[in-house]
Amino acid sequence: MTLLFDSADRSQAARACEDLQLGAMSWSLWGMLGWHDIRKRYRRSVLGPFWLTLSMAVLVASLGFIYGSLFNFRLSEYLPFLALGLAIWNFVAAILNEGCHSFLEFESLIKHVRMPLSVHALRVVWRNLIILAHNAVIFVVMALWLGLWPGFGLLEAMLGLFLLVVNAVWIALLLGIACARFRDIQPITGSVVQLLFFITPVMWKPELMAERQLLITLNPIYYLMEVVRGPLLGETLPLSTWAGALLITALGWSLTFAVYVRFRKRIAYWL
Amino acid sequence: MFVSANASHIGCKPVAQIHLDQVSVDFVIYQGSGRSLKKTLLHSSTSGIIRHDAQHRIQVQALDKVSIQLEHGDRLGLVGGNGAGKTTLLRTIAGVYEPTAGRIRVEGKITPLFDLSIGFDGDASGYDNIRMRAAYLGVSREEIERKMDDIAAFTELGGHLDLPVRTYSAGMMLRLAFGAATAIDAEILLMDEWIAVSDAQFLEKAERRAAEFAGRASILVVASHVESVLRRLCNKVLWLENGHVVKIGPVDEVLTEYRQNQHLDAAPANRDLEPTVGKLTM
Repeated sequence: MTLLFDSADRSQAARACEDLQLGAMSWSLWGMLGWHDIRKRYRRSVLGPFWLTLSMAVLVASLGFIYGSLFNFRLSEYLPFLALGLAIWNFVAAILNEGCHSFLEFESLIKHVRMPLSVHALRVVWRNLIILAHNAVIFVVMALWLGLWPGFGLLEAMLGLFLLVVNAVWIALLLGIACARFRDIQPITGSVVQLLFFITPVMWKPELMAERQLLITLNPIYYLMEVVRGPLLGETLPLSTWAGALLITALGWSLTFAVYVRFRKRIAYWL
Repeated sequence: MFVSANASHIGCKPVAQIHLDQVSVDFVIYQGSGRSLKKTLLHSSTSGIIRHDAQHRIQVQALDKVSIQLEHGDRLGLVGGNGAGKTTLLRTIAGVYEPTAGRIRVEGKITPLFDLSIGFDGDASGYDNIRMRAAYLGVSREEIERKMDDIAAFTELGGHLDLPVRTYSAGMMLRLAFGAATAIDAEILLMDEWIAVSDAQFLEKAERRAAEFAGRASILVVASHVESVLRRLCNKVLWLENGHVVKIGPVDEVLTEYRQNQHLDAAPANRDLEPTVGKLTM
């Protein structure tokens, strides 16, 4: 028989560590639940989750033609850029918005049965990763059509994607905790996300921001987006971009871990 | 003190245990705007001036230095008025609330049964809901698939199990939830009010199954307002009032005293009349 729980046998830091570890190990649980969330959203629809792909394709095509001609971009370059940018942006925005509900959404579950709390954040990240995969289809089709082949960039982009997901986990955890305690962080996040869309180079290329580079250099999302998008478009990323992404990961996780150690125990009380 | 008959095979394997040592659980009630970030920020900038009502917070002590020892074979009933801390105690044992003070130590696998339809999703089929519920409670995929036929047979829902549960009637829903909840053996079983059904056809069968299910558990903790349930299931009773233990002991002794106290307090005339239907929310 396994010892299930002893409230005094280890420090809160060890407990937070254990929670994250056990959460990561329960991949079959959040894997299943994430898929379930997706299926639930698209039950009874013929195309299912490919509605995401379709609506994203329509968006990419229409925005591509409008902005491509506004900015005088070559479409064969601009469309793949936009397809990737929008897909990654969708992921980031969803993590920010849904991260606020990481714990609130599963209140009845959290109050019913003890399980690592990180499972709920991982579920949110996983279901959005599934959506990202559906949206990525557009870029794949486009790349095949245009004959783009990122080569080694594909490997680099995989590394970048890994970094993006690692960051998504701390964001979902941190926002989940904050929103469980302070209920008005959620609407604040909502409006910040809208703003971020315009100051992040999703629809426009960073080169266009010639005079206000600081706006890009200080935008954490830019780094996380660029480490996936850049290599796939065949660009050679400056070392500073990777350094920036790694720094954000380290800082984000340090902060989140400190908060998790301090408040993990209180989350159930706040719900 | 309360060695029960079936506690004899200690030594064959480690047994389930629950130890609570001076466990307290405090809730901070964030009253209205207390939860708002604005309030906290404004407060931090003006804290020097309005210190007296600075926090706007009320602390509720839901459990106050509760100490209990439970071992294999123990069947503990929880009694106490509304807000006495029964549910909080159950959730603390379940590991949902980590105590703010004191120590809790639980050995064995816990099956909480506070809400029969936990994690049910109206759009998923009956079978899928059974699987989801099992996953939430940490039951392995293989085990639940093994029990699937048993559950299907018990619920008598047949082909309906392939349909989304939102098409079910309330009675069908209850059968499904009940069947799924009682299928997997529990080591430590925690119940907030005894599960029972009002469906006449189903009643006898359900009662038998529930009793067997509870009987197989190593430790049972059940909160109930119904004396007959406590007398039937339990071998000791804990009387909670305002978060602290008034008395713990043999069923008859504690219940008699509890009832006398209730009468003194001009409590409702007959507590046995309270509804026995298990909680079912969709």
